[in-house]
Amino acid sequence: MNPDAQKVTGAHVTETPMQAERATTIFEKSHPGRRAAALPALDVPDRDVSELLPAGAARARGPRMPEIAEPEIVRHYNRLSRRNFDLDSGFYPLGSCTMKHNPKLHERAAALPGFSRLHPLQPAERAQGALELMWNLERSLSEICGLPHVCLQPSAGSHGELSGLLLTKAYHEDRGEHRTKVLAPDTSHGTNPASVTMAGYETVKVATNERGGVDIDDLRAKADDSVACLMLTNPNTLGLFDENIEEIASIMHGVGATLYYDGANLNAVMGVSRPGDMGFDIVHVNLHKSFTQPHGGGGPGSGPIAVSDRIAPYLPVPRIAQKDGRFELNTDEPKSIGRMRGFQGNFGVFVRSYAYICSLGAEGLKAASETAVLNANYMLAKGREGRVGKYLPVEFDRTCKHEYVLSAAPAKKELNVKALDIAKRLLDFGYHPPTIYFPLLVDEAMMIEPTETETVETLDGFIEALDKILEEAERDPEFVQNAPYTTPVRRLDEAAAARNPVVTQDLDALA
Amino acid sequence: MLDAIGVGSVDDLFNDVPDGVRLQGPLKLPAGKTEDEVYTHLAELAGKNVHADSEISFLGAGMYDHYQPAIVDSILSRSEFLTPYTPYQPEVSQGGLQVMFEYQTAIAELTGMDVSNASVYEGPSAMAAAAYLAKLETGRSRFVVSAAVNPQYRATLKTNAYGYGSSVIEVPAAEGLTDPATLAAAIDDDTAAVFLQNPNFFGAVEDLAALVEAAHAKGALVVCVADPLTLGILAPPGDFGVDICVGEGQTLGNRLDFGGPSFGFFAATQKLIRRMPGRIAGETTDADGRRGWVLTLQTREQHIRREKATSNICTSQALNALAGMIYLSWLGRAGIVEIGELMIKRTAYARETLAAVEGVELLFDAPVVREFAIKLDAPVQTVLDQLALDGINGGYPLGTDYPEHEHGLLVAITERRSRAQIDLLAERLGAAVAAARETVGAEA
Repeated sequence: MNPDAQKVTGAHVTETPMQAERATTIFEKSHPGRRAAALPALDVPDRDVSELLPAGAARARGPRMPEIAEPEIVRHYNRLSRRNFDLDSGFYPLGSCTMKHNPKLHERAAALPGFSRLHPLQPAERAQGALELMWNLERSLSEICGLPHVCLQPSAGSHGELSGLLLTKAYHEDRGEHRTKVLAPDTSHGTNPASVTMAGYETVKVATNERGGVDIDDLRAKADDSVACLMLTNPNTLGLFDENIEEIASIMHGVGATLYYDGANLNAVMGVSRPGDMGFDIVHVNLHKSFTQPHGGGGPGSGPIAVSDRIAPYLPVPRIAQKDGRFELNTDEPKSIGRMRGFQGNFGVFVRSYAYICSLGAEGLKAASETAVLNANYMLAKGREGRVGKYLPVEFDRTCKHEYVLSAAPAKKELNVKALDIAKRLLDFGYHPPTIYFPLLVDEAMMIEPTETETVETLDGFIEALDKILEEAERDPEFVQNAPYTTPVRRLDEAAAARNPVVTQDLDALA
Repeated sequence: MLDAIGVGSVDDLFNDVPDGVRLQGPLKLPAGKTEDEVYTHLAELAGKNVHADSEISFLGAGMYDHYQPAIVDSILSRSEFLTPYTPYQPEVSQGGLQVMFEYQTAIAELTGMDVSNASVYEGPSAMAAAAYLAKLETGRSRFVVSAAVNPQYRATLKTNAYGYGSSVIEVPAAEGLTDPATLAAAIDDDTAAVFLQNPNFFGAVEDLAALVEAAHAKGALVVCVADPLTLGILAPPGDFGVDICVGEGQTLGNRLDFGGPSFGFFAATQKLIRRMPGRIAGETTDADGRRGWVLTLQTREQHIRREKATSNICTSQALNALAGMIYLSWLGRAGIVEIGELMIKRTAYARETLAAVEGVELLFDAPVVREFAIKLDAPVQTVLDQLALDGINGGYPLGTDYPEHEHGLLVAITERRSRAQIDLLAERLGAAVAAARETVGAEA
């Protein structure tokens, strides 16, 4: 627990040293004539640049990049780094994001010059190690997903979704079918309907039943031959495994639609249940979630897709093939939807995730999922008691998978503190808050995903912190409403930022 | 823990998974390995690749062998940058958010555009994202793209346009440049956007003023792909009235990484800000009046707007954009100009030196900055294979994407390619072409 949180009492709040530091941008630290880089000396005949360029093509005034020496660059960014909360510093139970430990080996491996200094257009015969790694990762993900074909190209989960929907479109069009709708539960990630629109389909919402799963009657009513696909997460965003998955798959396949698996929650079922065996045709895997690519403050990620035989002809190119023990990249796939991006995908992410799969192996991956589910259920059980159970009840109370969703609606009604207030107060206790206000189905939602990384002591500490915050709210709701107090800045005015967007620094004003 | 939950075993927690979809038996994957074993295995795989430190590389065509200063890896390895999620809680994410703001400032300044987002995936998909914005903004459905735009960018655009039913028309670039009259003829009242690249895929500097005028005359937006490391010396796309400027950020302090992760940059005019894809950091104040930053204009985004979002992007490339910002700070105001000047002067030297080689001529005459196309009087692959034996990567064979340029080779120059290396390339290229011609002659 953050000791500073203990010092905060009542209305009197003293400014912390970090708060007292005023934020200064690197452009504001710029000073004419200072520099870091030294470039090679000119070793060819000197020329007038304007003579080498067409008239009007030369830049009149050089771009105003910062003028700053290396020590000051280092201090500037080190200072900024201290104003971030990160997974290596504390518990990060951000639901749907799978904030599991990022093993340090992976950074060392990814930095090997044979990987990090490898040009993406290096001919296949001189990139055999990289292609072998990609092939092995494809085969591993194929086994984990229970689907025969894998393409590593998509850059993130939502990019995998868009790829999967385009594959569905190509598949149906190849059969002479023109379908217009995609079904998605009302609990789905926002990326699902956004991807649906970009793929040229219309989203149709499917209701959730009283067990937190897909409402089968509603699904039947909406499933017809105008439906191209059902997008589903299983376990879903409530952290619940849909027990009717076989029936759901049969309904969708019965009308000729494909079944798409949003792999954001795969961390619950690795080695336990495979999307392919559940009847899914297309799966995306978030390597930055289940397979531990460090999240980097918002990327990079990677969203490989695994597909069934009937979808395989349409996969993006290039495809990796193995022939006589050698690996090659094929672009000659007449039915392919084409490219989703440049080159072969986020290879550096592949190195880390492949290292993870090698380290854990079959048993380790299953143990990771089992422990993630154990941790979530333990927190769920501990939170059924006391103030947490009273003010933050679980919305669908059954065995959860890797995450679960509380509702702060009673806290809001009885204590006048919202999910947002509780989240902000958790920051003072040194925790990253859960995902809040998602899924939309749950009023004042707080979505908690502990992952397999955490110890029982950490889980207990978090539940105790929630209890303490609710106790504070019972005494003094305003105190919780005004949190946080100890963070580098306090609650920020997001409405003002959106009303009058200042998204770049005015460099003219600095001159 | 099981007692607290009230179950007898971990297996009981999976009772809701029907037998029919339970995996019977273990995954068919190898057993786990120790850290040492995994590292050894990966080092063996890495050792099978010929990388940019193990040859003299003139290969570009979208990613380039620039020096990545040590300061980049050093800062990126800090857990505080490496391991947080997207900054959903701004009070504990000021570091990352301020980096985004600085990055947005640098990209806007570099490209001469009003605003920038905080990064997208990479170059080609950035151009596809610009197409989607243009479709939303104009309500039109056709795209016109120059054949001098990188083939992978065009391919990515086509895949994305297929989804929402837009057509993509290609305009030829016969002399290695986009012809304004030909471009104008291809644009109609239903054209949402025109796509250009400067310098283009052949390395040549386009007549942006004339091309932009042709597009705007018909009400189409102009999307320009730029190479950020040429913008120290090239007038920025914004100066020519381009509406959206996108591109690949690898050259700004990111690794080659066999193609990724790097980042894509996405900058636009102020008018388009509410339709931009991706995260945008905006300045504001906290409850006590302190300066701070938040993710702003989130009503564009998928987590708020769902099917009406302007893009589906969620995770982008924040860490790679940070690398870009550190690199630009390291290079600085003088360095960004110097690196451009060094590249254009060395490229001019390389172009003249290679053109003087027997069996080698320039494919096009147009002015270039850091990359140029030559034509070999011999089978390109045979020549490249011979150069590889000499420890030289000669460049990118143009015939892969342009059958009409079967004898074309694209040669890239960076600040890491010295005069001595260029001279060596010229010498060995001459020998390789001569040898290949002899072989062809003997076979004939």
